[in-house]
Amino acid sequence: MIGIIDYGMGNLRSVSKAFELIGAEVIVSGDTNELVKADKLVLPGVGAFGDGMNNLRKLGLIEFMHSQVMVNKKPLLGICLGMQLLAEKGYERGENKGLGFVAGEVKKFDMGERNLKVPHVGWNEVKFKEEGLFRGIKSGSCFYFVHSYHLICKEPKDAIGTTEYGYTFTSAVNKGNIFGTQFHPEKSQEAGLKLLENYLKR
Amino acid sequence: MLKIRLIPSLLLREGRCVKGTQFCNFRDTGNPVTAAKIYDAQGADELLFLDITASTQKRNILFDVVGRTADECFMPLCVGGGIRTVEDIRKLLLVGADKVSINTAALDRPEFINEAAQIFGNQCIVVSIDVKQKENGKYEVYSDCGTKARGLDPVKWAKEAVEQGAGEILLTSIDREGTRKGYDLELIRSITNEVEVPVIASGGVGTLQDLVDGIKKGGASAVSAASIFHFTDQSIIKARTYMREAGLDVRSMEIR
Repeated sequence: MIGIIDYGMGNLRSVSKAFELIGAEVIVSGDTNELVKADKLVLPGVGAFGDGMNNLRKLGLIEFMHSQVMVNKKPLLGICLGMQLLAEKGYERGENKGLGFVAGEVKKFDMGERNLKVPHVGWNEVKFKEEGLFRGIKSGSCFYFVHSYHLICKEPKDAIGTTEYGYTFTSAVNKGNIFGTQFHPEKSQEAGLKLLENYLKR
Repeated sequence: MLKIRLIPSLLLREGRCVKGTQFCNFRDTGNPVTAAKIYDAQGADELLFLDITASTQKRNILFDVVGRTADECFMPLCVGGGIRTVEDIRKLLLVGADKVSINTAALDRPEFINEAAQIFGNQCIVVSIDVKQKENGKYEVYSDCGTKARGLDPVKWAKEAVEQGAGEILLTSIDREGTRKGYDLELIRSITNEVEVPVIASGGVGTLQDLVDGIKKGGASAVSAASIFHFTDQSIIKARTYMREAGLDVRSMEIR
């Protein structure tokens, strides 16, 4: 069963419907007593880093995720803000501590002199090795992004997918049982559904 | 690099698709969920729902339509029309919308953009600007489905909206809307030259070349169209192919 973590940060219905379409049994909840029944977790989310962490804290989900994911090694997929929250620290409207599951920090796109618009909104190519989360998908396929901040990994090996926007940034991470996509697989039509299926069947 | 987006738009009234000309004379164009599924299957990059239901009692139909669409179409959805509060936005996001488009409420109280962006992130907040050209050739911003002149210059308003936290601008020429005479490129360029956020060009597409012009000549990041897909035999697939052949970096649908 897939447990989708509801912490008041939007966008849960599409994620749950996408998993249902590919045959998953899904629960959507912010209650640790419910989520504990899931054998895989998904942390979606749209919004600001600090609000996301505050909401997780209020629901007792930080400790819960720590024990489930770091101790019990349950798979976790963070999507968009959910991937960013995996980091140690975020800099969206002030400095905030993250979950710390993946070594790294979340910073705003630094365009410098480049004439590129932020937020990075739309379809962009993701380059990866065609395995794991990306099995059966051609490297360079397009996924849908909506974000102004991105995760900068301390360990290069944790960055399993990269995307070009002004410069190369990390668009997917994997460290053991922990996965994250900066893009929205649940909004990326065929490529996205295939990725979710890979996570489901992992 | 980021792909140029092709965005079909669906105008909704009391749960049905309608299409008019210059914001008047609406005719029924079918079931929105069916239309959305076709656009999804053809690989539209995003869908835009704009609700013009006048009756507040019937406005809840919108949530149902968006929800049913999001349950079946795994693609980005932007929804606008009658959004006045943070709660309206929250409800739309909860049923599956990704972004909301705000128009009249933003003009009435520009800080609303900021409040919404603070809560949902500015990538979620699209400010929709409807524009008419005056007799002296100057442009003016309109609200309330094109019925109320606001005495505002669109460039000035676009800049303020971005300062308040708008993540994108949806720019519609009321004069061109539904006419299939092509985008008002001068209007589009005036905005794309001045704001840093993506601009979605809307209003007037009659040929596939108009879509190319919106990007190449107007400087838009995305192109929206409705009539051409409703009333002609042009499809999203043809449009995408045409745009690619014109040298635009559109998304490839091949994933394997």
